[in-house]
Amino acid sequence: MAVDPTLDGRQFPPTSAYSVTAQRLADFAGATGTAWQPGDPAPATFPIVVAFAAMQGLMRDPSVGIELRHVIHGQQRFVHHRPVHEGDELTATLQVTGLRQIGGADIIATSSAIHDAAGVLVCTAEATLVHTAGAA
Amino acid sequence: MSAIEAQTYRITRADLVAYAEASGDPNPIHQDETVALAVGLPGVIAHGMFTMALAARFVDEYVGRPGQIEQLSAKFTKPVVVPEEGTEVHIEGEETDGRIRLQVTCQGERVLGNPVAVLRA
Repeated sequence: MAVDPTLDGRQFPPTSAYSVTAQRLADFAGATGTAWQPGDPAPATFPIVVAFAAMQGLMRDPSVGIELRHVIHGQQRFVHHRPVHEGDELTATLQVTGLRQIGGADIIATSSAIHDAAGVLVCTAEATLVHTAGAA
Repeated sequence: MSAIEAQTYRITRADLVAYAEASGDPNPIHQDETVALAVGLPGVIAHGMFTMALAARFVDEYVGRPGQIEQLSAKFTKPVVVPEEGTEVHIEGEETDGRIRLQVTCQGERVLGNPVAVLRA
């Protein structure tokens, strides 16, 4: 079954605040062998942690019609308006920015605006999700 | 345009377990061979975001300090299969005025489509 055809443009509620701690940064960097010391800014892909929570919100919303096990991450882009640091409290607000069907698959373009506790835009994380459950 | 010294990063399934924990993505296709095979994959595969994080690491190492990436983008074109004994991801790049075009391969095949990093001005 294809996803809700009116999905394009829909905005989802913000995720709950995510606390960026030194431990979380060290663990994230360490998993890919990326050099990181206390005080350093976060690795460039770190905001995926918050964006991923927002994508979970989209994928788990029963009105959307996505089957989680049929979703592939097709494309990812980050625009950093400022580096992420320890002490940041981040929330992501996801909006669907495009929906098309190719060969029976739903191509869902999303953009998650990641804000700090003061409401300042820190990072924009754009993800394209490919949902293949509509395929014959 | 200047070429950046190529790097080869060795990755193991233990790295994927650590990444799953750190990133909050527990999808078992990145950890459990039985599950990966059951959904038609050739074996345990790295998270696309794991490979993208390696690309960011490459840029950080080239620049010499973290936090200088303003934009980073890639398509996930081919899975990185990580066998029991691990595998290697090879990265090359060239910079033109703060824009770095990367080439990310595993077993000789490109695994990221059009990976590009833009550095802060």
